[in-house]
Amino acid sequence: MTFSNSAELLSFHWVAYTIYAILIISVIAWFGYNLTQKERVKSIVRIPFYTYIGFLVAGGVGHHIFTYNAIPWVSQDITRHEIKPDATYKFEVEKHKWIGMPKKVTVECGQTIEFDVRSRDLVYGFGLFRQDGSMVMQMQVNPGTDVNGILDPNDILWTFNHNGVFDVMSTEYSGPREYDEEGHSKMYVKNWLEVVGCKEEGGKK
Amino acid sequence: MSFTKNLMDGTDFDHTSLNALQKVTLRAVVMSFLFYGLVAIEGMIMRMVQIGPSNPLPEMFSHPSHYFSIMTVHPIVGIFGSTYQLVFAAFMFLVPFLTKKPLYSIKLANFVWLMITIGTALAWIAAFVWQYAPLYTLYWPLPADTEQFQVVGGIVFIIGVALIMLGTFGFIYNIYATIFARVGVHKDKTTKELLISGFGIDGMLNLWHKLTGKPPYSKEPALALPVVAIFRGTVDTFLDAVVILTAGLLVLVYLIFDASGNPLDVGAIDALLYKNYFWWGLDLVADGLVLIYVAGSWYLLATLITGQKLFMENVARAALMLELLVSWMVWSHHLLADQGQPEMMKLISGEMVTAFELLTQGLALFITLVTLWKARPLKMTMELKYLLGGLVGFGLAVPAAIIQADMGMNRVLHNTQWIIMAHVHIALIVGLYMTLYSALYVLWPIVTNNTKMYSSKLSNIHFWLYLIGGVGMGAFGGMAGLDGMLRRHLYVDGEFNTLMVLAAICGTMVLVAWAIFLFNIVMSVGIKGLIGIFQPAKDPTASYGIEPEVISQNHKE
Repeated sequence: MTFSNSAELLSFHWVAYTIYAILIISVIAWFGYNLTQKERVKSIVRIPFYTYIGFLVAGGVGHHIFTYNAIPWVSQDITRHEIKPDATYKFEVEKHKWIGMPKKVTVECGQTIEFDVRSRDLVYGFGLFRQDGSMVMQMQVNPGTDVNGILDPNDILWTFNHNGVFDVMSTEYSGPREYDEEGHSKMYVKNWLEVVGCKEEGGKK
Repeated sequence: MSFTKNLMDGTDFDHTSLNALQKVTLRAVVMSFLFYGLVAIEGMIMRMVQIGPSNPLPEMFSHPSHYFSIMTVHPIVGIFGSTYQLVFAAFMFLVPFLTKKPLYSIKLANFVWLMITIGTALAWIAAFVWQYAPLYTLYWPLPADTEQFQVVGGIVFIIGVALIMLGTFGFIYNIYATIFARVGVHKDKTTKELLISGFGIDGMLNLWHKLTGKPPYSKEPALALPVVAIFRGTVDTFLDAVVILTAGLLVLVYLIFDASGNPLDVGAIDALLYKNYFWWGLDLVADGLVLIYVAGSWYLLATLITGQKLFMENVARAALMLELLVSWMVWSHHLLADQGQPEMMKLISGEMVTAFELLTQGLALFITLVTLWKARPLKMTMELKYLLGGLVGFGLAVPAAIIQADMGMNRVLHNTQWIIMAHVHIALIVGLYMTLYSALYVLWPIVTNNTKMYSSKLSNIHFWLYLIGGVGMGAFGGMAGLDGMLRRHLYVDGEFNTLMVLAAICGTMVLVAWAIFLFNIVMSVGIKGLIGIFQPAKDPTASYGIEPEVISQNHKE
């Protein structure tokens, strides 16, 4: 099982967590009801203590093993400094304004793009969003410089496998001046990145 | 009895019969629930703004400065003004009650609730008057950004937070001074014995001795299990207070220099290092003291409700020690979206150690449930209902966070409404507060000298409205997070309108539930009784349910 983009992952997560939520609420409700009953209720399943502990450990650790194998951007993120991107977009941010950011970016299907965003003053975020508002990916953009005064990088690699037009937003609060008087973010960039050349179901044509 | 008479006099509450410990406990409880109302109103304002242009609120609430000022003080009022206040009051009552010793100092207990109340009010005023809005995360250098915020607002805010932390230190001192006081049942105990029991080492040794076939290390541990939980959780409370206070002092220094016309270079502080330091401390609240205090409270409530011994007590003692160690090493899960954070820290601290919280909290849930199960049939009392509600809350909230504490998931969930609604709000509103309501119903007859609750029907309405509203608000907010809605962002065009309307309806249920609860309490103690709580106690006793000669040995008031 592999997720080719965040939309698939989020849908899977929605279903899985909803099932879990219904299950845990039902178990405690069943439990609460039977606590008051005089007749000895027969357990639906008998879970020995150490099996339960094993389940918790397996759940906690196994979850990460599952995502490492099923979500492609995890290993790509860890080894990103060894991967040569197809293109790099490097720009800065200061006083709630993107500086040196290309007006529009077009990406061919399957390309791996590096985004390197550097902050001159505050903590910001960099996130790509679909037209329905759902998140493609995000990272924090921390300010800071090295000993030579060069701004610290905040870099991420992303491989695009689905066509789409994506907006940019800062995903971290950086003070009320990020917004105009009506409450709209000045850092919101509509239709900033477009992915072309993918099949309808995703992947290269 | 007429409504007016009931409102003035309560059911049968007599504040003059209360001793000093009971009164100081109730004072903090009253302030806590007043702050709870404030925080619920703030939350509702934010929910309404997020609905978009159709919201009925005046336009000023949608203004960024105003909106983010509310967002800044919302957790300060909720976590410190309400939750800290309530938890500290309960523990300063419970530790003397459980150890059968007097509280070290009633004066210090009064200092605690006053400092937290004044500090919370100051922080709120800083946001309301000067619209100081760096949010509770205080990400460097935003709190020292005097281009966006007025210096005076920042100084008042930091002083407010510092007072809360001073109150917190007062609580810590009072708790440890009471635990280590060698009076009553601890007359012949050494500090070493109390320390070993406080850290749960006796529980671990008992387990080890059992495995190796030796007799138990300690048949009668010096401290009861709930006191052990309070002891350990308070270690995290202390460390967290140190971190918040020092971060506050740093901001204060920058603001004062700025005000004097000699601004310091904000670039001198590494933003990522600061984030690590601050999150280490802040996370000791969320992943440290809350989980440990809650586990301890579940154990106490389960034993009090059933009247039986806790199931697997030695395991529970050992698990509390594990929880303490885990809580010191998990902060990196807040930094999984920070690309400068070393990958090994993300992997070990952010993912693997954090996953242990599933184990420790799952264990606490298991032990509590089995303790209840072994004592069945039980009557479905208010305290049992709320305890089960608390278990549901953490049963939902802990896995929601563990899921996000993952490098893959975090990339698409960080800073969305998922974490703040499906995790934080469900953990606090449903998990923590329902546990606290359970404690309140258990302690109510003890602290109020058997005052009759005005209406059990209202108690039940409160329970169901609160449970459904709390879970519903968290669920709809969480769904909005999965749809990409950010948590620290202003949406004025109704981008997530449907889910926000549903969340607002559920939020209204929580607010109405609070009003019903408050009404029930006021009708039980009466306005006169409520005022009487704040009048000096005629009986200076600093304990409950122990012999007077024990009390006189260490009485400080």
